[in-house]
Amino acid sequence: MNKLPVTPNLSPSSVDDVYHWLVNAHEGLSDAESMRFNARLILLLVNAIGDPQLIREAIHYAARTRKSET
Amino acid sequence: MGRPSDIPVWRHIGEAPCPPSGQERVTIAIVGAGPVGLAMALEFGRRGHQVLLLNRPDFISAGSKAICFSKRSLDIFDRLGVGDAIVEKGVSWNVGKVFWGDRPDPVYQFDMLPVKEQKRPGFLNIPQYHVEDILFDAASTLSSIDMRFGHEVTNVLPDDDGVDLEVRTSLNSYKVRADWVIACDGSRSPIRSMLGLEFEGRIFEDNFLIADIRMKGDHPSERWFWFDPPFNPGQSALMHKQPDDIWRLDFQLGWNIDRKAAVAPENVEPLVRAMLGPDVEFSREWYSIYTFQCRRIERFLHGHVIFAGDSAHLVSPFGARGCNGGFADIDNLGWKLDLILRGEAPASFLETYDEEAIVTADENIRNSTRSTDFITPKSETSRAFRDAVLELAQDFPFARPFVNSGRLSTAISYPDSGINTPDMDRWVGGVAPGSPVIDVPIGNRWLLDRLGNRFVVLADGWQGPAPDGVEIIDVGIAAETLQLIRRRFDFSPGAACLIRPDQYVAARWRTPTPALVSDALRRARGLA
Ligand SMILES: Cc1cc2nc3c(=O)[nH]c(=O)nc-3n(C[C@H](O)[C@H](O)[C@H](O)COP(=O)(O)OP(=O)(O)OC[C@H]3O[C@@H](n4cnc5c(N)ncnc54)[C@H](O)[C@@H]3O)c2cc1C
Repeated sequence: MNKLPVTPNLSPSSVDDVYHWLVNAHEGLSDAESMRFNARLILLLVNAIGDPQLIREAIHYAARTRKSET
Repeated sequence: MGRPSDIPVWRHIGEAPCPPSGQERVTIAIVGAGPVGLAMALEFGRRGHQVLLLNRPDFISAGSKAICFSKRSLDIFDRLGVGDAIVEKGVSWNVGKVFWGDRPDPVYQFDMLPVKEQKRPGFLNIPQYHVEDILFDAASTLSSIDMRFGHEVTNVLPDDDGVDLEVRTSLNSYKVRADWVIACDGSRSPIRSMLGLEFEGRIFEDNFLIADIRMKGDHPSERWFWFDPPFNPGQSALMHKQPDDIWRLDFQLGWNIDRKAAVAPENVEPLVRAMLGPDVEFSREWYSIYTFQCRRIERFLHGHVIFAGDSAHLVSPFGARGCNGGFADIDNLGWKLDLILRGEAPASFLETYDEEAIVTADENIRNSTRSTDFITPKSETSRAFRDAVLELAQDFPFARPFVNSGRLSTAISYPDSGINTPDMDRWVGGVAPGSPVIDVPIGNRWLLDRLGNRFVVLADGWQGPAPDGVEIIDVGIAAETLQLIRRRFDFSPGAACLIRPDQYVAARWRTPTPALVSDALRRARGLA
């Protein structure tokens, strides 16, 4: 564990752009289309990361966040 | 025996006579003469052990069951002396194509024989009844095998040294005492129930229609799979070529259907015509519906009762891991029980069957479950990911390997098995301990044929001496394929590996010594 960067990895000047792209891409999509869009995006990113351990770690952190919400 | 009226007969065998009264004793009793029981009988019969094979039906059944037999199973058939007969009857194939919707080009394609120059193809299609037929005939020629069809095992009473069986025929009942019982009695295994064993797992809520039809067609011998084709919208479909102009069409139907109506010819034929064209000429061989489950028993070994085949593990058909997984059990059990019966290994050695066969079963269950989750997504999110993969696969090569229409059966490795000797040298690839040997031409023959079913040292110039009874095969006899062999095994001059009777590598060395080899041999026989 602890290979996945969890401290800022994007430049502070780009984070708002990146966030905007992510949200904006869903404009006009139905929930089902959005879900599929996200799936395509995740698959592209997952392949770009290319390290199963990093991906596992990311899944783990994402799941942990969800738990703390409930 | 009364014949269950819903089972179609392929070949009538007839009820065997009952043995003369008195307590009968056998070394090995095999319960069930499906493909696994028949091959198991051959395995032990050919090794010279007395085998009694009991089967409830007095016939070989027809109908739609396994058709896809893996290269690994073909290698095992070769060792059982039936490889040529089976391969001659079947249709060989290597390539699978996956289609999506009405797109004419496959979104994904795979080759089941990525390493060429091997004796057998990646897969062979042949109906299970032909395999059973050929195994039955081969077993009939051996005096060591006593086959009794129409004989049902009704009770099993194990103790510390063996097992008492009660057997029933249409005329009579009798008892047999066996040193070992191998339960190859199928997915509903009465032996499993008699011993009160759980069969844990997961049921999938989906129905599939199999239409085995006869037609003249010039479709290539490849496995074709469709997601969401226009002829079966929202579902999947599969097409396979069998011998004798028979084709297997497989249509996913979903969960809430009228299963009886679904196999009625007036309902099947429109599906077939939608798939193959309105004017296609065909006749019905057999229509059936199947559902499936993934399950296994916790232990395959219960004292002197050993489970193998569907009685021990069940998988979904996507991946052809059912029967092929059963043959892997035979392969693993055969030489181990043989050594025990010869007094060359302790009875505790069978624990390694439990260990290794469960590794195989779990990998088969894992793979077939994952395929099923891709083919039949269980939630909206799961479906979104599946469809996203298919969408991306059209344009982006990275997404194609994600397409999962079944990961087809191959031999499974046991990297952590306790009877491996771990590597002490540096190897780059090659065949690691616990992995199956890759076939390769070696001096006008095939390596797997040369290895047979005994311990062998495959050496690159190492001269031994090898332990008693262990032959050294030198790769030097390969002549023109020497470099190919060196690449496949990552051999360098002086290297060697010890190969188990099931053709798995047990140990390998860059610079072997007689002491290292005999140590590894002891470990591989459960003596270390
Ligand atoms: C539609 C379909 C397609 C399939 N396709 C494939 C495929 O392509 N590739 C693949 O590898 N697998 C496939 N399979 C799975 C394959 O058919 C099974 O894994 C295989 O039949 C298991 O063989 P077995 O010998 O363990 O059990 P079985 O074939 O079930 O044989 C068990 C035998 O034991 C007998 N028996 C039961 N109880 C007793 C008793 N008390 N006394 C005496 N005899 C008894 C039974 O009558 C039967 O003859 C498919 C299955 C289905 C349903």
